[in-house]
Amino acid sequence: MTVAAPASERLASRSTREVRRGDRIFRGLSVGSGLAILAIIVAIAVFLVWKALPAFHTSGLRFFTQTAWFPDARPARFGVAALAFGTVLSSVVALVLVVPVAIGAALTLTELAPRRLGVFGGYVVDVLAVVPSVVYGLWGVYYLVPKLIPMQRWLDHNAGFVPLFQSRNDTFGRSVFAASAVLAIMVLPIIAAISREVFRQVPQANREAALALGATRWETIRMAVLPPSRSGVVGAVMLGFGRALGETIAVALVLAASFNVNFHVFEPGGNTIAANIATKFGESGVTGREALIASGLVLFVITLGVNMAARGVVYRSTRIAEGKV
Amino acid sequence: MAKRIDVEDLNAWYGSFHAVADVSMTIEPKQVTALIGPSGCGKSTFLRALNRMHEVVRGARVSGQVLLDGQDIYGEGVDAVAVRRSIGMVFQRPNPFPTMSVRDNVAAGLKLNGVRKKSELDDVVERSLTMAGLWDEVSHRLDRPGGGLSGGQQQRLCIARALAVEPEVLLMDEPCSSLDPISTLRIEDLIGELKDRYTIVIVTHNMQEAARVSETTAFFNIAGAGEPGRLIEMGPTTKIFTKPDDTRTEDYITGRFG
Repeated sequence: MTVAAPASERLASRSTREVRRGDRIFRGLSVGSGLAILAIIVAIAVFLVWKALPAFHTSGLRFFTQTAWFPDARPARFGVAALAFGTVLSSVVALVLVVPVAIGAALTLTELAPRRLGVFGGYVVDVLAVVPSVVYGLWGVYYLVPKLIPMQRWLDHNAGFVPLFQSRNDTFGRSVFAASAVLAIMVLPIIAAISREVFRQVPQANREAALALGATRWETIRMAVLPPSRSGVVGAVMLGFGRALGETIAVALVLAASFNVNFHVFEPGGNTIAANIATKFGESGVTGREALIASGLVLFVITLGVNMAARGVVYRSTRIAEGKV
Repeated sequence: MAKRIDVEDLNAWYGSFHAVADVSMTIEPKQVTALIGPSGCGKSTFLRALNRMHEVVRGARVSGQVLLDGQDIYGEGVDAVAVRRSIGMVFQRPNPFPTMSVRDNVAAGLKLNGVRKKSELDDVVERSLTMAGLWDEVSHRLDRPGGGLSGGQQQRLCIARALAVEPEVLLMDEPCSSLDPISTLRIEDLIGELKDRYTIVIVTHNMQEAARVSETTAFFNIAGAGEPGRLIEMGPTTKIFTKPDDTRTEDYITGRFG
């Protein structure tokens, strides 16, 4: 004859304790991972600030206004102004070029193409993402840069009254615009792939609501697909922006480096923080390295700022979507 | 405004799967016609064929005729988009545009038709929400997102959205199946009020609901898995629920299967 265990014993059964132990291990692992990420970010920030301090000490506030880079000269003259400007300008131009294409591609793959073509097209976009950046750089220098020259020349001749399209010395080539074009192609797969996922998350019921009202394909996209996707697409664009800001080798290969603040994106020259670090690091002396690390700190702050701004936008539009505003 | 629908030899497929076979029926204006039957019997597919929503599913197609006051909506040169603009549809799960405000949700169809004047839009929004019995509940928060309403309110918002374009026919695909009993009652009452003005076709799993709201009932059935759904019997609701001609109908409504 078997007797059922008393209730108290059953409640404190062995299996319960084991589940608890599993919970503890899981919790330890996840909290540990979270803290590790925080620690790494703090370590990077501390390292950058620590190593950059002497450079700030040497150049003072001129570090933010100076557009030259002679840190190892006596007296040292260097500043991040031209570099930070070139970094942001090349990335912004890249986004202007790529965002319509990336979103259009993502919409084509999810909304317009037959299913199999959509899946295949998705793979093709993903393949673009795994091409190493040095390959993009070489391709940019030897193939894309010459191909872009006729278009830039045409714009210069016909729309040159807009400073953006003007080339004052009538030369084109390894310009910020060319670098932006390469950057645009590099971030295209990121923005397109994430946007595609975001569009795929839109419930079919939303699309049917629009279709049943008599919306055309385009109207359905505008009414039912884009609005709930906004925060996700902003996130995708910001990720692409972050990638473009930090891209190093492709930009270093394409740009004919110069240190000036110049809105004429068709004129050869320009530089970015990351490309400058890559090209100058080997030949730098002590002050030179400190100066480069200081510029790296500025890049870190810029990307952090962009990411936080993106978080803000995403957070706000999610709240609107959930009806909490 | 309400139009009569004559369906002749309608067949519907999803790819190679034959979902609905050889349905012919007449749907009278200013009446509620209920489509009942077990799951998978093709009644929802049939409903979606009435406003050319069936074909938005990839690989889906239709044959046969659907005459709206004599005009075949599948005829040559007929634009599916135009058909859907004159036939309203309400879905099983409430599907307001979640980020759009209550006002914009209701006005969405009008904006598609090119109405831009604010006073006209405001009039229609108020009238449609009133007709849907939702005005008193949302008039003070027309600018809040439609996704923030309760399920029953969202479904009435969807009805208001469908009514705003003054459709000739209103198709409802199990409009109450995801709602609580009180919201269900409100929507059934609403259907009763709307039938003076519209041709209403409603798909329902709930036989009491069909008995409560409809004048005419059509019973759909399948012979077995993989077989297409067929119309078994159609007639006045009281007759279908008391002395149907077909034994399959009788078995279904008395709960012997399905």
